Amino acid sequence: MSTEQLLKTPLHALHLELGARMVPFAGYDMPVQYPLGVMKEHQHTREHAGLFDVSHMGQILLSGADAARALETMVPVDIIDLPVGMQRYAMFTNEQGGILDDLMVANLGNDQLFLVVNAACKDQDLAHLRKHLGKYCDIQPLFEERALLALQGPAAVTVLQGLAPEVASMTFMQFAPVTLLGTECYVSRSGYTGEDGFEISVPAQHAEALARHLLADPQVQAIGLGARDSLRLEAGLCLYGHDMNDSTTPVEASLLWAISKNRRAEGSRAGGFPGADIIFAQQQNGVARKRVGLLPQERTPVREGAEIVDAEGTVIGNVCSGGFGPTLGAPLAMGYLDTAFTALDSEVWAIVRGKPVPLKVSKLPFVPQRYYRG
Amino acid sequence: MSELRFTEDHEWLRAEADGSVTVGITAFAQNALGDVVFVQLPELQSYDKGTEAATVESVKAASGVYMPLDGEVLEVNPALEDSPELVNEDPLGQGWFFRFKPADANAVEQLLDQDAYDRLIKAQDDN
Repeated sequence: MSTEQLLKTPLHALHLELGARMVPFAGYDMPVQYPLGVMKEHQHTREHAGLFDVSHMGQILLSGADAARALETMVPVDIIDLPVGMQRYAMFTNEQGGILDDLMVANLGNDQLFLVVNAACKDQDLAHLRKHLGKYCDIQPLFEERALLALQGPAAVTVLQGLAPEVASMTFMQFAPVTLLGTECYVSRSGYTGEDGFEISVPAQHAEALARHLLADPQVQAIGLGARDSLRLEAGLCLYGHDMNDSTTPVEASLLWAISKNRRAEGSRAGGFPGADIIFAQQQNGVARKRVGLLPQERTPVREGAEIVDAEGTVIGNVCSGGFGPTLGAPLAMGYLDTAFTALDSEVWAIVRGKPVPLKVSKLPFVPQRYYRG
Repeated sequence: MSELRFTEDHEWLRAEADGSVTVGITAFAQNALGDVVFVQLPELQSYDKGTEAATVESVKAASGVYMPLDGEVLEVNPALEDSPELVNEDPLGQGWFFRFKPADANAVEQLLDQDAYDRLIKAQDDN
């Protein structure tokens, strides 16, 4: 695909100016790394603060008195009781219980919900919402209008409170309209690196000025998709299309924690989302395969797609994400395994270039999450 | 030290006084790969030209390092086992991969010289 056909985020020119190496990602021309390099970008984020352009992700506004009730019919998550000023992780399921996409849902108040969905799924998600929710609420895609920046790392709060002191008192997954450099933004205390930090939805025409202002702080470094991937993998977080897809259920993907208590089989608003019966049956009876953390016992990184075998050489699963963890200082992976092998510390082998590399089933996350919970 | 020769796969070769040839990857190659986190070095055995003798793993992906000529690998760089980052820091020096005895002692001279290699990477950069 030639670069002319790729979409550009409002920060595209800034990425080029900063010397980014650009790659096609989900239809966009995106920075995979800056001159600092993936390893140092990763470490900078864990030690100070990193600024990520995630404007390729889809922002969608739902409005109307029935918006929450309607959205609840699409996700196994409590949306009706989501407090104003809070954000929650959710996923769209299909009739087989498979995951169509994962997303963040925030309650803006005034019968408005603000959604952030994956870049590669956003057109399909919008069609899905229009088909099922179109007669219950107004659905407004903000794909062109708004950019999305993530400021992540232990210094993120000190940097952002320089622009808006009130962000310091926000806790993990809180969401608020905040004025930054005279522009009304939506700020959530969240992210996808395992660190404390913020995601900032900003009108597209103000995105570059805000990014430049944040980058002017010596604690902030621009971070590319390469480090974004190693950071989220160390944090044990799933990447849609790799660690889950429309043929994996939340139970198989080890995302049961994301299904709200009151939407579960024994809950007060049990079911009522696509695939509920299948998901409940899996919860009751177990599943044949599950996502687990895997630590290679040698220095060899184990990549997505590698087959996993048992001591007899029988295929028992495959790697869904894998690479090197700069903070861990070692290779790391996640994979789907036959449930018989998913107990912690089970020994299995990945086939890398024809040779078995020993792996140990490990707890997730690999690196402790450091969210700010007040 | 004799002048370097190069392959189109971005390996450098240096003919040593004892008739052996040292192999590594170029500065251009390490820059394109990004941070190297692991190098799987060849066995001490003969390889045919073009076979994958070593693998270099960066944070992003795995890439093959191909045997530049028919020959027998005599020695591998033990420092890369614990310090794969030497490939980034000193690709033409401490980041060398292996030393081999070419089947044809004159074959090295047939490979690209510095000027030809510089033209090759310039052409790739312009693409």
